[in-house]
Amino acid sequence: MALLEYQGKQLFARYGIPVSPGAAAVTVDEAVAAAEQAGYPVVIKAQVRVGGRGKAGGIKIADNADEARQYAGDIIGMDIKGHLVDVVWVEHASDIAAEYYASFTLDRAAKKYFGMLSAQGGVEIETVAESDPDAIAKIHIDPVIGLTEEQAKAWIAAAKLDPAADAGALEVLMKLYTAYVDGDCDLAEINPLILTPEGKVHALDAKVTLDENAQYRHPEWAEYEASQDLDEREQLAKSKGLNYIGLDGTVGIIGNGAGLVMSTLDVVNQVGGTPANFLDVGGGAGADLLANAVEVINSDPNVKAIFVNIFGGITKCDEVANGIVEALARVDVRSPIVIRLDGTNAEEGRAIIKAHESDMLISQPTMLDAAQRVVQLAGA
Amino acid sequence: MSIFVDGNTKVVYQGLTGNQGSFHGLRNRAYGTKVVAGTSPKKAGTDVEGVPIFATVKDAVAETGATASCIFIPAPGVAGAVMEAAEGGIEFIVVITEGVPAHDEARFYNDLKNNYPDVSLLGPNCPGIITPGECNIGITPGEIALAGGPVGIVSRSGTLTYQALYEMTRQGIGQTTCVGIGGDPVPGTSFIDCLSRFQADPDTKAIIMIGEIGGSAEEEAAEYIKANVTKPIVSYIAGVTAPPGKKMGHAGAIISGGKGTAAAKTEALEDAGARVAANPVEIGPLMAEVVAGLG
Repeated sequence: MALLEYQGKQLFARYGIPVSPGAAAVTVDEAVAAAEQAGYPVVIKAQVRVGGRGKAGGIKIADNADEARQYAGDIIGMDIKGHLVDVVWVEHASDIAAEYYASFTLDRAAKKYFGMLSAQGGVEIETVAESDPDAIAKIHIDPVIGLTEEQAKAWIAAAKLDPAADAGALEVLMKLYTAYVDGDCDLAEINPLILTPEGKVHALDAKVTLDENAQYRHPEWAEYEASQDLDEREQLAKSKGLNYIGLDGTVGIIGNGAGLVMSTLDVVNQVGGTPANFLDVGGGAGADLLANAVEVINSDPNVKAIFVNIFGGITKCDEVANGIVEALARVDVRSPIVIRLDGTNAEEGRAIIKAHESDMLISQPTMLDAAQRVVQLAGA
Repeated sequence: MSIFVDGNTKVVYQGLTGNQGSFHGLRNRAYGTKVVAGTSPKKAGTDVEGVPIFATVKDAVAETGATASCIFIPAPGVAGAVMEAAEGGIEFIVVITEGVPAHDEARFYNDLKNNYPDVSLLGPNCPGIITPGECNIGITPGEIALAGGPVGIVSRSGTLTYQALYEMTRQGIGQTTCVGIGGDPVPGTSFIDCLSRFQADPDTKAIIMIGEIGGSAEEEAAEYIKANVTKPIVSYIAGVTAPPGKKMGHAGAIISGGKGTAAAKTEALEDAGARVAANPVEIGPLMAEVVAGLG
């Protein structure tokens, strides 16, 4: 779950990381009030999960209330690369002596935590990694031992920051590490981390991704749910507890197991179709779940045909077949369904489908046959 | 021969008294697995259809000589259960549970590595492991597997593993061991751990390796194959069409910063001499060709 900048900053602030005083605003009046509170000059920043906000005109500095009113009005409601701006973050503008980069994430290959620190901040770290890889100081941290101050000091020295920033950077990095671990973040990134002319080090931006598997121990995350970028289909799927990701194509996909569903998307693509979604009904799916799945796919106006791809392991194909038949009775399905059943009780399942077979419900023996048929139907 | 588990492996089920635990534990027993014990702090002294329940793994090991454990505990309790198994003397720990926080996984993985270097961990979020005809630990439907080799299977995906087992069995090709390493960011057992064991196992003559988008485990496996594996490999990578930045069902299946794509993994494996199937259906015929050529 990716947080907006202001949510990330609020999370940082809870762990004692210095951020600029500011507030989020959803209306122009709120933005002006936030600006008065923060003290001019202020920065008004569009809150969207996409890079290049500044270039798109989504970040402006206002020196007085008139400017704050004008810029907030410009930015709220703006479309930045397909992301509508609902919220702006207004904070006191900082004087900047230097811009750095700091982050913690998991190195999946090393199976250890991974920290990156660079004296070249304010640009994308991938760009620095390509143009000047030696400018990034990297460390691995054993999750059992944690980040020690000694290790952090050596890391800061290797990054060659302005010596005036060393003490402040140490404090920020130790706190950022705690936020990363205790906050159950997949990523905790500050870019830029700035040094002010007065020698203070603080976070000017926040990029935080949370591990949804840890949601059960973070009741405070409930407030982030509402601000996720979900389209209508995804919201409906979420309300029904389905594992769904919306895509742009015309073939609706339902399958059991993440790997099988991913490969179903691939096979549809290989035979010339375009998947409309990823939807994994998991193991042991029954009639209710399948009816819900069909309903969500049916709500997508782009869908022209539906592919149900089941490999029975724990899931029994006859139960899936009954579920689909029941779903057809409950939901007014617009598009034909092509179903492939294999594995546990496949023959029983196919017999059930055969008894209900029509132009709207077609059984195919293999994944490839089914993919070809569904793509043909979607194109017709 | 087989890898990790065989007909002599005695298994304790942590969470045997729960719904999932009792369903699959008893199913594993019906398959022939030596299901010797279950644990539950509150139900010690009782039994689940004849399988004795102990308060702790340590007690179960002392009484039954179990060497493997299978964990069906809900996600919040998994970290504690894994360390309890290691402290209790278990050598091979299988975690079926899905939804374990990544930080928990990173901690217990390293805790085991630092303090219990002889303990192997499989999972979390995996279907388990089956040595057909001898031992099935986890949720793999045993009836679709065929004993006797010559194919070893290792996979990040559950259903694609079943699909591969089924395809092999349908063609009359047996399996030595089938290992589901799971779809999480910090899997306890890696492709390389399995490839090295399959390479050393005289009965395994060919290997199926099923990967997916996210991370670099397939690329690392490709490097390992180049240097160490002489047995033929058929592979498949799911997620060619997956959009970047989305977790595709598995916590670990995500393309981030342009890394972890199916194309890069396919290229690395082909470069290492593996035959990469264009879709899961192709795995069967490709492996049948390989097996026919083994002589």
